[in-house]
Amino acid sequence: MIPAGRRVFRLGGASVLWRPRSVLTGLCLLAVLGVLAALLLGTGRLALTPVQVWQGLMQDGDPVAARIISRVRLPRLLTAAGVGAALGMAGAVFQSLSRNPLGSPDVIGFTTGAATGAVMQIVLASLDPLRTALAAVGSGMLTALAVLLLARGGGGYRLILVGIGAGAFLTGANTLLLTMGGIDMVMAAQVWLAGSLNARSWAHAATVGVGLAVFAPPVWLLGRQLATIEMGEDMARQLGVAVPRVRAALVLAAVGLGSVGTAATGPIAFVALAAPQLARRLTRAPEVPLLTAALTGAGLLMAADLASQSSPLGLVMPVGLMTGMLGGLYLLAVLVRRR
Amino acid sequence: MRARLAALPVLALLVWASLAIGSRPVPPAEVWRALVAHDPGNDLHLVVQALRVPRTLLALSAGAALGLAGGLMQAVTRNPLAEPGLLGVNAGAAMAVVLGAMVFGLTSITQYIWFGILGAGLAGAAVFVLGRAHDSGTDPVRLVLAGAGLSVALGAATSLLILNGGLGVLDALRRGGAGSLVGRGLARSLTMCAALAVGGVLALLLAPALDALALGQDLGRVLGLDPRRIWALACLAVMVLAGGATAAAGPIAFVGLVAPHAARALAGPQSARALPLSALAGAMLLLLADIAGRVVVAPAEVAAGIVAALLGGPVFIQIVRRFRLARP
Repeated sequence: MIPAGRRVFRLGGASVLWRPRSVLTGLCLLAVLGVLAALLLGTGRLALTPVQVWQGLMQDGDPVAARIISRVRLPRLLTAAGVGAALGMAGAVFQSLSRNPLGSPDVIGFTTGAATGAVMQIVLASLDPLRTALAAVGSGMLTALAVLLLARGGGGYRLILVGIGAGAFLTGANTLLLTMGGIDMVMAAQVWLAGSLNARSWAHAATVGVGLAVFAPPVWLLGRQLATIEMGEDMARQLGVAVPRVRAALVLAAVGLGSVGTAATGPIAFVALAAPQLARRLTRAPEVPLLTAALTGAGLLMAADLASQSSPLGLVMPVGLMTGMLGGLYLLAVLVRRR
Repeated sequence: MRARLAALPVLALLVWASLAIGSRPVPPAEVWRALVAHDPGNDLHLVVQALRVPRTLLALSAGAALGLAGGLMQAVTRNPLAEPGLLGVNAGAAMAVVLGAMVFGLTSITQYIWFGILGAGLAGAAVFVLGRAHDSGTDPVRLVLAGAGLSVALGAATSLLILNGGLGVLDALRRGGAGSLVGRGLARSLTMCAALAVGGVLALLLAPALDALALGQDLGRVLGLDPRRIWALACLAVMVLAGGATAAAGPIAFVGLVAPHAARALAGPQSARALPLSALAGAMLLLLADIAGRVVVAPAEVAAGIVAALLGGPVFIQIVRRFRLARP
C-alpha cells in the first residue's frame, strides 16, 4: 500500500518512496536560490548585469568584474548559503526534538554559547576561521550539554526557559570577554558579534562547507528516526528506534551545524527559528523537512543579505540586526497564533 | 524588620566601597574627608564628589526602582518570572529614549525620562496583550516568551536607530546601551531619585490591595477591591520606575527578577514587607554589580547591566528549575 500523496520509484530491486510535492518544493526553492544568487553577485559598489555576472563566473570578459566576483562576492554568497542551510537544518532538528517551534538553537542559547567560544578564540588568539569554528563547535557542545542537563525532566518549556536564561548569561559573558583583549582584536570580535557577512573569504566558505559535509549527512540519515521520535518516545521505542542513542547523535550533529554556522558569521537570529516552520508549511509533509529547511534557511539568509546590501536611503543595516528584528516579530507572531 | 536592619550595614559597606573603588582608588579616610570637609584643590576629593557620589546614587536609586518594579510585576501577574528586563519593558523604554534623542534632539535627562516612561508603558501594554497577562496565573511561560520576542525585536531596532542616527545620537547614547552607570552627572541621579520616590509611594500604597488580589481576582472583588483600578495603578508605578531607571541607566535586566525573590525569601510573601525589602535588595544588587564591573577588568570597566546579567542568568535558571511552571 502506498501512503497518500506519495509515489514509488523502483529501479531493479531497489525502491524509494517520494512525495511529488516535496520534490517540487525543493526544485522551486532551488530556482529561488539561483535568482537570489544572481542578484547578490550583481549587487555591490560596482553593479553588474546578469550577463556580466555570468561572464565573471566563467572568468572571461572584464577582468575587474571577474576578480570582484571570484574574490569577494562568491565567497560571501557561498558563506551566506552554507550558514543559512546549516542553521535551518539545526533548527529543524531541535524544533522536532523539543516538539516546539520556539525550541530552536538561537532561542535556547546554543548559538550564543557557540559565539562565546569563537569570541574567546578571536580575543585571546587569532581570527583564523578554522580555529574559530573549532572553538565555536566545542563551546556550543558544552552549552548544549549544560542546558540539557539543567532542563532535564521538565518538558519542552523548561528547556526553552533555561535556554533563555543561559543565553542571557552568555551574552553578558561575551561582552565581558570583549573588554579583556587588545583593542584591535576587540574591534574584530565586536563586528563579529553583530552578525555580519562583510569581508568573508574563501576560508570562511570552506569552513562552513566542511562543517556541512561532516554534520549534515548524519542528520539526514537519521531523519526517519527523528520523525518517529516526534510521535512519542514509547511509540518510537516500540517501532525499533534506539531513542537515547539516536537523540544524542542528532543533538551532537545539530549543535555542530549551528556552531559552524555561528562561527562563520557571528550569531544570526531568526533563520533557525523560521526556516523549519516555513519549510513545513511549504511541503505540508508529515516528516521533518530537513532538506527543505536547509534550502529555506539558505534562501532566508541570502534574502536578508540582499536586503541589507541594498537598503533604502543608504541606511546601515548589518544582516544580524535585520534577522534579529524579524526574529523577534516572528516569535511574537507565533505566540499570537497559538491561542 | 530584622532582615532590613541586617541589610543596612551591608548597604553602608557597599556604598563606601563604591565611593572608594575605581580606576583611581581613594583611601577610606580620604573618602570620609571628601564628604564632610570637601577641599576643591584635592583631586581625590574631586573624584569622589563629582564622579563617585552621583554614580553611587544612580546605582542605588535605579536598582531600587528595578527591584520595586520587579516585585510589583511579580505580584500583579502572579508570575515568578515577571521582570521589567525580561518582559521587554526596559527595551521599550530604551527605544523610546533613542527615538526621542533622534527626532527631537533631546539631550537632558529631565526630557529623556518622559520618553522612557512612555516607551515602558507602550511595551508593557504590548507584552501584556500578547502574553495574555490577565490570565497568566495559568501560563507564566507565554508572558516570558512574548517578552523575549519583544526585547529582541526592540533591541535590534534600537541598534539600527543608533547606527543610523549620526554621530550626535551615537555620542549621546553610546554609554546607555549596555546599562552603564559611568559619568552620568548629578542631575541624572537626582531625577532618578524623584522617579523612585513617586513610584515607591504608589507601590507602597498598593501593597495591601496586591495581597488581597493575590488570592485571585474573584476573591479580591469579594473583599471590596476593584481589580482593574489596582492593575492600572500598579502598571503606572511600573512605568515610572522601570521607564525612569532605563532612561537614567540604560536597559538593565535581572535585577528586577532577583531582588523580589531574595526579599520574599527573607520577609515572606506579604507585599507591605516584601516590597521595601525588594527595593533595598535591588539597590544593593545593582551597586554590587557596578562595583564588580570596576574590579574584574581593572583599569577598564564592564557596564553594570552586563554584570547583572552574569549574576542574574543563573538565578533565573534556578527559579525556572524550582517552580513547577504550568504547561499550556
